[in-house]
Amino acid sequence: MTLDLFLQHLSNGISLGSLYALIAIGYTMVYGILRLINFAHGDIFMMATYFAFFGIVTFRIPWFITFPLVLVLTAGLGMGVETVAYRPLREAPKISLLISAIGASFFLENLTIVLFGGVPKPFPAPKLFTDVVQVGAVSIQKLTFYIPIVTVIALLGLMYLINKTKTGMAMRAVSMDHETARVMGININRTISFTFGLGSFLAAVGGIMWGMKFPQIQPLMGVIPGLKCFIAAVIGGIGNIGGAVIGGFILGIGEIMLVAFLPDLTGYRDAFAFVLLILILMSKPTGILGEKTAEKV
Amino acid sequence: MRRRLAIFLLLLAVLVLVGTGCIKRESYVIKIGVFEPITGANAAGGQLEVEGIKLANKLYPEVLGKKVELVIVDNKSDKVEAATAAARLVEKEKVTAIIGSWGSSLSMAAGDIVRQGKVPTVGASCTNPLVTAGNDYYFRVCFIDPFQGTVMANYAYSSLNARKAAIIQEVNNDYAVGLAKFFMDSFKQLTGDEDSIVAVANYNTGDQDFSAQLTNVKAKEPDVIFAPGNFTESALIISQARKLGITCPFIGGDTWETQEFLDIGQEAVEGAVFSTFFATEKPITEESAKFIEAYRAEYNKEPAAVAALGYDAYILILDALKRAGTTDRVKLRAEIAKTENFPGAAGVITLDANGDAVKNAVIKIVKDQKFTYLDTITPQQ
Repeated sequence: MTLDLFLQHLSNGISLGSLYALIAIGYTMVYGILRLINFAHGDIFMMATYFAFFGIVTFRIPWFITFPLVLVLTAGLGMGVETVAYRPLREAPKISLLISAIGASFFLENLTIVLFGGVPKPFPAPKLFTDVVQVGAVSIQKLTFYIPIVTVIALLGLMYLINKTKTGMAMRAVSMDHETARVMGININRTISFTFGLGSFLAAVGGIMWGMKFPQIQPLMGVIPGLKCFIAAVIGGIGNIGGAVIGGFILGIGEIMLVAFLPDLTGYRDAFAFVLLILILMSKPTGILGEKTAEKV
Repeated sequence: MRRRLAIFLLLLAVLVLVGTGCIKRESYVIKIGVFEPITGANAAGGQLEVEGIKLANKLYPEVLGKKVELVIVDNKSDKVEAATAAARLVEKEKVTAIIGSWGSSLSMAAGDIVRQGKVPTVGASCTNPLVTAGNDYYFRVCFIDPFQGTVMANYAYSSLNARKAAIIQEVNNDYAVGLAKFFMDSFKQLTGDEDSIVAVANYNTGDQDFSAQLTNVKAKEPDVIFAPGNFTESALIISQARKLGITCPFIGGDTWETQEFLDIGQEAVEGAVFSTFFATEKPITEESAKFIEAYRAEYNKEPAAVAALGYDAYILILDALKRAGTTDRVKLRAEIAKTENFPGAAGVITLDANGDAVKNAVIKIVKDQKFTYLDTITPQQ
């Protein structure tokens, strides 16, 4: 394998990895605050791509207006799902919430099939992002540079929000103890709703980037990315935002290298993610950057 | 209390009425099952076939003095779901015959179920030889992949002057793997060079990132890339290949002929060449002309080959029903097997001993975002 070929593979891997990282951030943040694995995350991500499709193709709104609109709409959708599917179960055991999350996920998938049909639709990616740049013998899509930048911005923005702002402080307080946080005068419902809105906002950013890279959208497109980004979050240490980014890159680059160096194993590409998950859970159950947590009794 | 009783009685009355309605309806209709992917990765292909079948049903709504009712089930582009959907048609709906499915893997998943249930089934565009092999109840109105593979290998060798080919196949799809194999055999024979296939890359249905496979293929510098597989993945492969700087032509099979292939691939799929069953530019029979006109009027677009094949499967079953004079499935099966020189929309159908149609292939190219007729290839006897 020549150096050029390796560099091309590496650039492909970084591009895919940063996309995984971007979606994993939202996953892990919601878990970090609420201790809830939001299985509907992948479907909210899918809905965002449909919003963008309708904005640009159906209503012919230019992309620079559509994309911010999509972010807001998707955040609203996330809050809506929270109100309907999770809020009534606030005091219920965690397992009920988990089941409700799976239900919300199936609901969104089937709703999309009924409303928009099961046929894949093309994602309207603006030319500006999909152009190709030649660096020596390596061809890199401009998007490959943008996605990591967006991921880093999202990561830094989120860390600032959680660690430095008052809302962030409220989120952290809620993550520790609902009752005590309420006694301190924190509006629990509003904080949790905000957390979901923020998570869905990040899912929408990921969805737009995903749609531009793989310009094909369909109702079940969120399932596999959702699972893979969940795995990325677990590998990095679920609940830890920096860990999610590391996990995303490990998964993305690992997948590309598997296909590149062992072409016969291509069919096991998705299995690779799950094998990695099992190995991590066996050797370091809390993930790479995860903290040790004692189970609350 | 009395009010509740009244409501209960009313409901009961409605139920009885609906129930008898059903029983009455049963004996006046002939049910034909339509077994297609309406959702999932293959949905666009399945829906085109359903359009053709519905059109045929509209033009020929009756046979043997009874109305023909279509029972459409969704096999969700999934092999496991396909088996369940076929079982539903055979056991619950008790259909007289079945049409479908787009996608050879899906059809093969239903093979044992229709054979054991003795329901004659006519595939529209499933081209893998194994669909009908060893199955007395499975027929099809299209040609099969050994022929299609040869056609494309010939095209690559003679028209494109290719001497080195690379394969990118959808590895969990029997159609793609079969077609790729027939292409490779034929191409090696034409070039007389065992090493003329320089790379074989795999992917799974639903994959979206092909950069690693394409980077490997690019390093081998093929003259042509043969990439049989589902239309969405194929369109993504071609557009990602162009972005990685791969300039050689892409050729493929009949599954590419869907609007989605053009919509997703856009300018990247310009110049892509594939083999298919039928071209509107070359109507073959009187039925073709009738079909093309009716299809344009009904759906306001150009018909795809698979829509014509779905149409053919329906009229072929109706013709066999007429000859059989009964809805008995075993007799119907025998009549379908005897089909000879039957004029369908996508060509004249004669079924061979395996239940496969022997007919011409058409080569099309993507030009100005449209599928354009290139050539017709006749099978060698």
